Amino acid sequence: MTLVSTEERPTAATPPRRRPAPARSGSTGKGQWLTYAALLVAVGLTLMPFLWMVLGSLKNQDEILRDPNGWLPHSPTPANYLSWFGDFGIGTYFLNSVVVALFTVAGNLLFCSMVGYALAKLRFPGKRALFAVVMTTLMVPGVVTFIPLFVLVARMGLINTFPGLILPFLVSPLGVFLMRQFIGTVPDALLESARMDGAGEFRIFARIVLPLCGPPLATLGILTFLTSWNNFLWPLVVAQNQDSYTLPVALSLYSTSEHATEYGLLLAGSVILISPIVLAFVLLQRLFTQGVATTGIR
Amino acid sequence: MASVVNRRRRSPGARRQAVVAWLFAAPFVVVFGIFMVVPLVSSFVMSFTDFRGSDVADPAAVDFVGPAHYLALLSDARFLHALRNTGYFVVVGIPLTMAVALLLAVALNNGITRFRTAFRVGFYTPVVTSVVAVAVVWRFILQPDGLLNTVLAWLGISGPDWLHSTTWAMPSLIVMAAWRNMGTLIVIFLAGLQNVPAELHEAALLDGAGPWRRFTAVTLPILRPTLLLGAVLLSVGYLQFFEEPFVMTRGGPLDATLSITYFTFQQFGFGDYGYAAAASYLLFALIALLSIVQFRILRTKR
Repeated sequence: MTLVSTEERPTAATPPRRRPAPARSGSTGKGQWLTYAALLVAVGLTLMPFLWMVLGSLKNQDEILRDPNGWLPHSPTPANYLSWFGDFGIGTYFLNSVVVALFTVAGNLLFCSMVGYALAKLRFPGKRALFAVVMTTLMVPGVVTFIPLFVLVARMGLINTFPGLILPFLVSPLGVFLMRQFIGTVPDALLESARMDGAGEFRIFARIVLPLCGPPLATLGILTFLTSWNNFLWPLVVAQNQDSYTLPVALSLYSTSEHATEYGLLLAGSVILISPIVLAFVLLQRLFTQGVATTGIR
Repeated sequence: MASVVNRRRRSPGARRQAVVAWLFAAPFVVVFGIFMVVPLVSSFVMSFTDFRGSDVADPAAVDFVGPAHYLALLSDARFLHALRNTGYFVVVGIPLTMAVALLLAVALNNGITRFRTAFRVGFYTPVVTSVVAVAVVWRFILQPDGLLNTVLAWLGISGPDWLHSTTWAMPSLIVMAAWRNMGTLIVIFLAGLQNVPAELHEAALLDGAGPWRRFTAVTLPILRPTLLLGAVLLSVGYLQFFEEPFVMTRGGPLDATLSITYFTFQQFGFGDYGYAAAASYLLFALIALLSIVQFRILRTKR
């Protein structure tokens, strides 16, 4: 068992970057145990709502009403989950969320890397202006475009449709920025030699640039999927009929409907909503946090 | 691209490249133009008109009203109230979130070698989860007889009905937002802390500096740009404060948690599109101002 954390060190062959500084060896022992204890308490408090959510989702209505602050369910039951998958047809909403997220991710990966390549490696008139527009829109709050976007989508007849849910998020200025920055680091010599060999720009993009873009594409894909999956306000307004609800919309509408007092049901819905993301996050945590570290935005 | 081309008369090669480049940019430009640039401009134009929801079918009924909406907003008690609430949220929420995140990041960076990834995953989990999902649990925690008040009762404190108190609703949402956002800052701060050279700490130690002195004299100055980045990201996010009040309090009680974005969304609900657009542009102006200040500070640091 190694004492060295592996996260900052990609290969086992990498020599330890930092020898134990005296400053730290002085604080090992008692001080370190205190730090561990404090962090454990902090992480426990942070995760407590999730634990309580999962435990509560296994309780029936009686038990929740009798003991609203109890922890362990007396007789755990999957009934709440079964009602979501049975009567409430959560499968449809789940599928809607998946379809919206997948198309949104695909669009962002393809279109942002294409324009990123042009901005990083090609010369064309209007390039500076295009990049300036992209950068400016990075700081536009979503609420500014919200109403005209709604009017536009409504007039296009896209209310209650997948295109209405997807198109406004199909590309993102952040994605363009991310891809442009990364593609800028691809050596020009590599592209030049391909040009010498007679490769066209599309071939260079598809065969040389894109295969090198694994890390930023993964980051962008994860960030986009996360944003799309958790997106709430836009789907709430655009998905007005039950067949086009996404998961967050369905859950929020159930939690304000006549089911509002069926707490176990709401908690089970919450678990269903967050579990794909939490699962992906636990498996791919490095990609998630890399995205934050490189872009500064979740 | 070795050939130096006259900027006016492009060689056929340069022209071909320009065409190809625009082809690469085309899908983005079309989608972005239609769904971002056009709404951005329409919103601005709309803010000077009396455009209402009912006018969508009949744009001819829309009249130009000049800066009337902006003037009205500045004397609209509810908007000013929303502005104050947003300010409260930003001014209390940002230092709180930053302090907690910095404390945890420093703890994770110092002395913790094992389980660091696991801890980081734990602190980051609230960031990846939907606010709609966690709202259900937080409403439970903040109920009059909820978890929080049960714990307070052990200490002999009788807690308020957090979300239905005009005094306590906002602090409750601030704590919830800090819980949701600290993970992002922890990751950013940890990355920044990795850049503090161990040698500097050793030198300070040799000079007889204690842990607190080393933190304030060595770590903090080097971390300054990172802290600034965190503060700016957080303020841009917090100025748009919306989801927490929307799912937890509906802006209540008595507008105690009404934010600017919430106000805008309400005007949209009332069909007052022009007025809502003006409010959203005032928010945009606030954020833009903040971003300009940020760029200034970051530039002088480099």
